[in-house]
Amino acid sequence: MSDSTPPSASGTERVFREEYGRCVAALIRFLGDIDLAEEAVQEAFTVALEQWPLRGLPPNPGAWITTTARNRAIDRLRREASRHDRHREAQRLLDATTTTPEERAAEEGPVSDDRLRLLFTCCHPALAPAAQVALTLRLLGGLQTAEIARAFLVPEATMAQRLVRAKRKIKGAGIPYRVPREAELPDRLKGVLDTIYLVFNEGWTASAGDALVREDLCAEALRLARVLVELMPDEPEAVGLLALLLLTHARRAARTRADGTLVLLTDQDRGLWDQTEVAEGQALVRACLRRGAPGPYQIQAAVNAVHSDDSLDERQRWQQVLALYDLQLRLAPTPVVALNRAVALAEVSGPETGLAAIDALREPLAAYQPLHAARADLLRRLAREAEAASEYRAALELTANETERAFLESRLAELG
Amino acid sequence: MSATKMYLLSVHMVEGEKPPSEETMQTMYADVDRFNQKLQADGAWVFAGGLLPADIATVVRAQPNGEVLTTDGPFAETKEHLGGFWVVKAADLDAALALAAEGSRACQGPVEVRPFQEVPEQ
Repeated sequence: MSDSTPPSASGTERVFREEYGRCVAALIRFLGDIDLAEEAVQEAFTVALEQWPLRGLPPNPGAWITTTARNRAIDRLRREASRHDRHREAQRLLDATTTTPEERAAEEGPVSDDRLRLLFTCCHPALAPAAQVALTLRLLGGLQTAEIARAFLVPEATMAQRLVRAKRKIKGAGIPYRVPREAELPDRLKGVLDTIYLVFNEGWTASAGDALVREDLCAEALRLARVLVELMPDEPEAVGLLALLLLTHARRAARTRADGTLVLLTDQDRGLWDQTEVAEGQALVRACLRRGAPGPYQIQAAVNAVHSDDSLDERQRWQQVLALYDLQLRLAPTPVVALNRAVALAEVSGPETGLAAIDALREPLAAYQPLHAARADLLRRLAREAEAASEYRAALELTANETERAFLESRLAELG
Repeated sequence: MSATKMYLLSVHMVEGEKPPSEETMQTMYADVDRFNQKLQADGAWVFAGGLLPADIATVVRAQPNGEVLTTDGPFAETKEHLGGFWVVKAADLDAALALAAEGSRACQGPVEVRPFQEVPEQ
C-alpha cells in the first residue's frame, strides 16, 4: 500500500512545494472559491504531516492531498450549511460527490489543465503586475505570504493585503477560471510569460534580502516555466522562455566573485557554468526556432544560446547575436531592442560605431540605466575619460542594485 | 446555465478638455448608437445613457436630524466626472472587458468596468 520508509518533515515539505499548485488548482475548480480551496489544501497537508511520518508516503501524494482536501472541504461545508443557510453550495457539492467511482477516478486523473486555468487567472491583465506575481507565487508555488514579502522587500502586512485584494477582485469582478480562447491566447499567454519572467528576474537581480529566498524565486520561475511547457508544448514562446531561464540560470556560479562583485559575461569562467542547464537550454532553442515563429523570448534565448556556444569564437558569437537583434528589431522595433543591438554592433564593428548607434537612443532611453552603463563602457574604451565618468555617474544614479552599484563604482574609480 | 453578472461600464469626462469637433461628435453618436443596438440584439443590454455636464448637478443630503441639505454642483470636487454609462449583463469579466473595448472604440475614450454587487437569491 505505502512506501516502507516514512518520509521526513522535509520530504513532506518537498511534496508540498511540488504538489501545492496542482492541488489548489483542482480544489478551486471543485469549490469555485480560492480561499476555501487554500484552506482545504493547507488542512490536508497538516493531516499529511501527522500521518505520513507514521504510515509512510502514499503512492500518489498529490492525489492523496487533493482527495483529503476535498473531503475536508465537504465536511466543513456540511457543518456550516447546517448552521447558516448561505452555504447552499454545500448541497451542490455533496451531490457532486455521490458520483460513481469511475467518475471520481476520471476527475482525479489528469487534471493538469487546472494548473493552466489557475495560471491564466493569476496572470489576468485586469490584475496589476505586482499582484499577478504575488498570486502566482502564492497559489501555484505554494510560497508563504511572509516568504513572498521577503523576496519583494515589502512588509508582510502589505503583501497579505495585496493578495487579499487580488483574490477579492477575482471573485468580485468575475475573472474567469479558464484557459483563454484561441483568439485571446497570444495576448494572454504573453501576460503569463511576462509574469514568470518577472519572478525569475526578481530572484536574479534583487538588490538586497535573503540570498536563499532569491534563489528560491529563480527555481520557482524555472518550475513554472517547465509546467507551462509541459501543458502547452506547442507554444514556441513558452519553450523560448524556459530556454532563456535555463541558459541564464546556468551562469549563476560564475556571475559573481567570492566577494559578491559582478563578473561580466565576457570575463566569466565558463567552466563554472552548469553544463546540464546549458545543454537543455540550447536543445530547446534549436527545437523552438525550427518552428519558424520567432518571438521575443525565443530570440533572447537564442542570444544566450549563442553566448554559451563553445564551438564559436568571440567574434563569431557577436556576429550571430547582432543578426538575432536585427531580427528582433524587425519584429519589435523598440528602443530597448535597439540598445541591445547597438551593444552587439560595438563588439562587431568597434566601439565608435556602437556609440553612434547608442547616441541615437539617448532621448527615448534617458531614464534607462543600461543605456548609461553601455555608453559609459564604450566611452571608456575610446579613452574619452571625462565623458565616461559622467555617464558612470548617470548610471549610478539610476541603479538600486548593490552588486551593480559596486561594479559601476569600481569602473568609475579606475578612470581616476 | 452560465451565470451572468452585471457590470457598469462608465465613461469619464475631463473638465476643461477641448471638446471634439462636430464631425467627430457625429461619428461618435453613430458608433455608440450602433454599439447600443448590438448590446440589445445580443441580450447584454440593461440600460445606458449619456449625462449632461456635471456642473449642473445637485447634491441632496438627508441629515441625521431629518433636515435635507441641498447643494449646487457635483458631489466630487475633481476634474473628472461621469459622462455616461452602460449597464450590461456579461458571463464574466472577460466578456465585460470585450464589451468595454467596443464601447471605448465607439465613444473614443477610456471605459471603466465595475461589477455590481450580486443580488442575493430569493
